[in-house]
Amino acid sequence: MSTLTGKAWVIPNDYINTDAMMPHRGYDMAPREQESLVLATIRPGWAMLVQPGDILITGRAFGTGSSRPAPTMLTRLGIAAVVSESVGEIFFRNCVSYALPVLELPGVLSIVTEGDTVSVDIELGTFDNRTTGVSARGEAMPSMLLDTIAAGGTHAVLRRDGYL
Amino acid sequence: MVHKVLAARSGLAEVHPGQIVVTDVDLIVLADSVFNPEPERLPTDIKKVAHPERIAVLMDHAVPAPNIKYATAHKRAREHAKRLGFGRMAEVGKGGIEHQLIFEECLALPGQLVASNDSHTSAAGVLNCAARGLGMADIIQLACTGKTWYKVSPTIKFRLEGSLPFGVYGKDVFLHIAQLYGSQEGHDIEFEGPGLESMPLDDRATLSTMCTELNANFVMMPADRLVREHIASVTDAPYIPVEADEDAEYAAIYVVNLDDISSGIAMPNAMNRNVRSASSIGEERIAIDQAFIGSCANGKLSDLRVAADIVRGKRVAEGVRFIVTPGSQQIYLDAIRLGYIETLAAAGALVTSSTCGACAGGHMGVLAAGEVCITSSTRNFKGRMGSPDAEIYMGSSAAVAASALAGYIADPMPALLALRDTARESA
Ligand code: SF4
Repeated sequence: MSTLTGKAWVIPNDYINTDAMMPHRGYDMAPREQESLVLATIRPGWAMLVQPGDILITGRAFGTGSSRPAPTMLTRLGIAAVVSESVGEIFFRNCVSYALPVLELPGVLSIVTEGDTVSVDIELGTFDNRTTGVSARGEAMPSMLLDTIAAGGTHAVLRRDGYL
Repeated sequence: MVHKVLAARSGLAEVHPGQIVVTDVDLIVLADSVFNPEPERLPTDIKKVAHPERIAVLMDHAVPAPNIKYATAHKRAREHAKRLGFGRMAEVGKGGIEHQLIFEECLALPGQLVASNDSHTSAAGVLNCAARGLGMADIIQLACTGKTWYKVSPTIKFRLEGSLPFGVYGKDVFLHIAQLYGSQEGHDIEFEGPGLESMPLDDRATLSTMCTELNANFVMMPADRLVREHIASVTDAPYIPVEADEDAEYAAIYVVNLDDISSGIAMPNAMNRNVRSASSIGEERIAIDQAFIGSCANGKLSDLRVAADIVRGKRVAEGVRFIVTPGSQQIYLDAIRLGYIETLAAAGALVTSSTCGACAGGHMGVLAAGEVCITSSTRNFKGRMGSPDAEIYMGSSAAVAASALAGYIADPMPALLALRDTARESA
């Protein structure tokens, strides 16, 4: 998988849960309205500012709580990758299953300012702040997970391989 | 212990926290809920699977089907099990809640890796299995390909000292830990110690199941004599238990003395750091509309026994619905033979078929707005058992039965002590 480069949004709060990304009250709303609720309790108005290809930088245990497919809400906004201090366990799995590149990088908040241009390569586990020239490294993602993301998620892989 | 299982199953010499490992899995459980034809579940049928003998379909979340959606899911589950030759299919009336069945039928054995789409899979930790729940897409992928992946977590050890006091149950041990230590997200949990050995298996299974509510990943307990005896009574299949190394590394080690624990009640909406003693809440006389005993955590024969003992010869309070849901068909049968069901029904309790039922808020005891319930099931989240405007308190099955008689949230200890005295007199 290639390196992704984009503009960084920094939402530094710890323990942001999946309810905040995909609140229950949005389930029956029109798609655009539902998208406007993403992280709206934490940063009102933010969801509508995201441009396709932007990269989201967050704090500790991002995506705790319910196992709902919250990564699908971020990809719908156009977020190309998430880089977090740490990521909630099931949210991490769901990022892979629903094809949102994700990197856990302790210390990331200290090397990015919102608006910086950053690059992330989840295959190598590398992160570069192109604006400041600072780099950092997390865990490289194993090929099975990379394949899933590159193919468009778990259901797409299973369809491709003749399982579904 | 968890790290050893993950290393063995991924073919590595050792694993370290943060690492991602790809493994195969010994037991793959698909609940009925997987077979809903929604886009994020199973939109189209599975054509082939890698290891059909490792897959079990256990119908439990809504049994018998309460609506067309579940009836369709059940039909698809049967069709898949037959066509693909799954190892085990627990048909309606011949099974029970998956976590109870895994334990009762030893569908997995010590040292094995277990996965299911249900979050309370940590229940199988009582059998010295490394077990945890995965996402819906994950479990479908695992069933198809035979492989999944785990991010290795650091481990927290709870060493249990002392022994379980009279009238204190596995649920109370969990509530005590939830109050004192709170969420353990991002960690596996291991238990050990003489206190654990003093606990009957049912109570250990409750504790292992409830650790999901501490947000733990894998939960494991050692395969001591009691565990090995239970397995020997079910199967003579060979297994290799895992033990913790003397020099194993832990993120934290907490020592809990069981002698310090008394009957606890979780207040509505959360369990972690939200628990009070049953004796203090009992004084407030909080009126209830429903009392529920059931779920994978507390629908066990011992739960039905203590409930029957408490209500024997008495009547459920006016204005209270007392619902009892056995965790499996086997428990239901045993409870009939032992007379518990007759005792419960004679007291005015409603004993249902074995299912998740009221625990998941789907059917068999859904709450209306403004109602108050005490439950011995797994979750007291807002809206879990029906209306988000209902209040759910949680305690042991003894506390639920005592409350059903009182009509308000009650400390079970007076009733339990009276029972003990009567037993002594007649002895
Ligand atoms: S009984 Fe409740 S917690 Fe257990 S598997 Fe069923 S719904 Fe989940």
